[in-house]
Amino acid sequence: MKLEKYLEILPKSLWVTTCNSGSCNGCDIEIVATISPRYDIERLGMKLVGTPRHADVLVVTGPVTKYMTERLRRIYEQVPDPKVVIAVGNCGASGDVFYKSYNLDGPIDRIIPVDVYVHGCPPRPEAIIEGVAKAVLKLERLRKDLVKASVEGA
Amino acid sequence: MEKKYKIPIGPVHVGLKEPITAWLDLEGEKIVGATVRPGAIHRGIEYMARDRNPIQVIYLSERICGICSFSHIMAFVRAVEDAATIPVPPRAQYIRTLVLELERLHSHMLWAGVACYTIGFDSAFHLGMVLREKVMDVLEALSGNRVNYGVGTVGGVRWDITPAVAKSVKDMLRYYRREFSPFYDVVTGDPIALARMRNVGVLTYEEAVRHTAVGPTARASGVRCDLRKTSPYEAYGDFSVEAIVPQDFYGKAYGDVFDRFLVRVHEVYQSLEIIDHVMEGLPEGEILWEKNLNKVLAYTKKAEGTGIASIEAPRGDDTHVVHLAAGDENVTWWKVRAPTYANAVSWPLMFRNNELADAPLIINSIDPCISCMERMLITDASGEKSVVTRTELLDKCREKTRRLMGK
Repeated sequence: MKLEKYLEILPKSLWVTTCNSGSCNGCDIEIVATISPRYDIERLGMKLVGTPRHADVLVVTGPVTKYMTERLRRIYEQVPDPKVVIAVGNCGASGDVFYKSYNLDGPIDRIIPVDVYVHGCPPRPEAIIEGVAKAVLKLERLRKDLVKASVEGA
Repeated sequence: MEKKYKIPIGPVHVGLKEPITAWLDLEGEKIVGATVRPGAIHRGIEYMARDRNPIQVIYLSERICGICSFSHIMAFVRAVEDAATIPVPPRAQYIRTLVLELERLHSHMLWAGVACYTIGFDSAFHLGMVLREKVMDVLEALSGNRVNYGVGTVGGVRWDITPAVAKSVKDMLRYYRREFSPFYDVVTGDPIALARMRNVGVLTYEEAVRHTAVGPTARASGVRCDLRKTSPYEAYGDFSVEAIVPQDFYGKAYGDVFDRFLVRVHEVYQSLEIIDHVMEGLPEGEILWEKNLNKVLAYTKKAEGTGIASIEAPRGDDTHVVHLAAGDENVTWWKVRAPTYANAVSWPLMFRNNELADAPLIINSIDPCISCMERMLITDASGEKSVVTRTELLDKCREKTRRLMGK
């Protein structure tokens, strides 16, 4: 895609919140690495926020343990609409190395709807940035739909 | 009398990456008691291992924890080698030692950065994270991965040190000798950082011994314990590794958060020295006991016995016990004792008589596996509830820094 197009569809900064639903921390470290100066997603206007109530994007890592299922659902509901969910890591997408566990309710898309999957165990910071960039596209589409619906409703 | 509160923190919250629930009893701002409830991310890894053969379990054990992944591999592989009596070539032992020290470097730098972030010292956090990327580059040059390297295997290692890797290691050593001390001086020389960390979360020598603290947490309390010294494994027997305790450097061990910071910083210097020795003394030869994995599996299938291995992970002693039964391809049982589990017991002691604003710092100080606090609930005696978000707690923590700066 052309650069102009990206700029056109990025009308506001994305705020991202994370939820670890039982991962090994590998993905979480790489998420921290993406805000560190080498990768620095803040130069793209994105930043990590502490509470889901401020966020546009929810980044979920881990295969979702039974204890975390209800918490994950609650965090998802706290994120205001329109929202996008990114599943970071293989275990969130399929269970990966944790298949056959007795304590998992996951993968993530069985609990909450997932829009973007970032693969890798753990994914590199570049891959996470690409995932967030894809989330921008999705979010923009959702926002347009919302605007259209409200215009038609009125 | 001050109003009494009970504050549940977690399971998803600021102090830690891993979800964990803690209940803090407060009198006003002062913490008088704490209860910790782990188990939010229990995945049943030891159970899953019973369906898998030792080679498959290596990759499972790597994913117990993403920060000390190689330490878990090493402890598991050494336990299997102990059970099946498999010899390891000397070159492989040196490469293992190298990767263990690289892992200690990146783990301690991450911790130092996050500790600075918690007290609101953001520039030091970014400085620490920039420094950390260099050791990640070396790990990537060696194994191709940044976090779960997949270097260790039963009977040796999977990746050799090529001249290109050796060069990147030398570059890294030169870079850290030049760049690490400015970071360290910025933090330790800062009066505010000292005020925030000195006499916070104190764990005395006796308490550390009684509550089985391990690793840097115990060493910061003045306990001279380091498995690299007391029971050398792999190539550590060839070098002299001394336990780093604060009284050797500053005359007295306070056992507070600042001492934990100092111990980890000095361990970074120690690791650089060990890596130097490893690169100098790297012997020539094979890196694997047996290249063919099927032969390794056939051998472990015949083996009968229990193996135990204990190694010094970045956070403390990591012990794995494995039982292999003759005729059974899979691991019969496997027990892991990770260092954080031992250290978390001392949390309630560290919390006592500290302010609520110091809670995230104290949680961080044992280097548990840090990340996302989301919110907590304050309930007072009348049953009224209000929500404190992670941001508010972090603000509280930073406000204290500002207050100290104003003095």
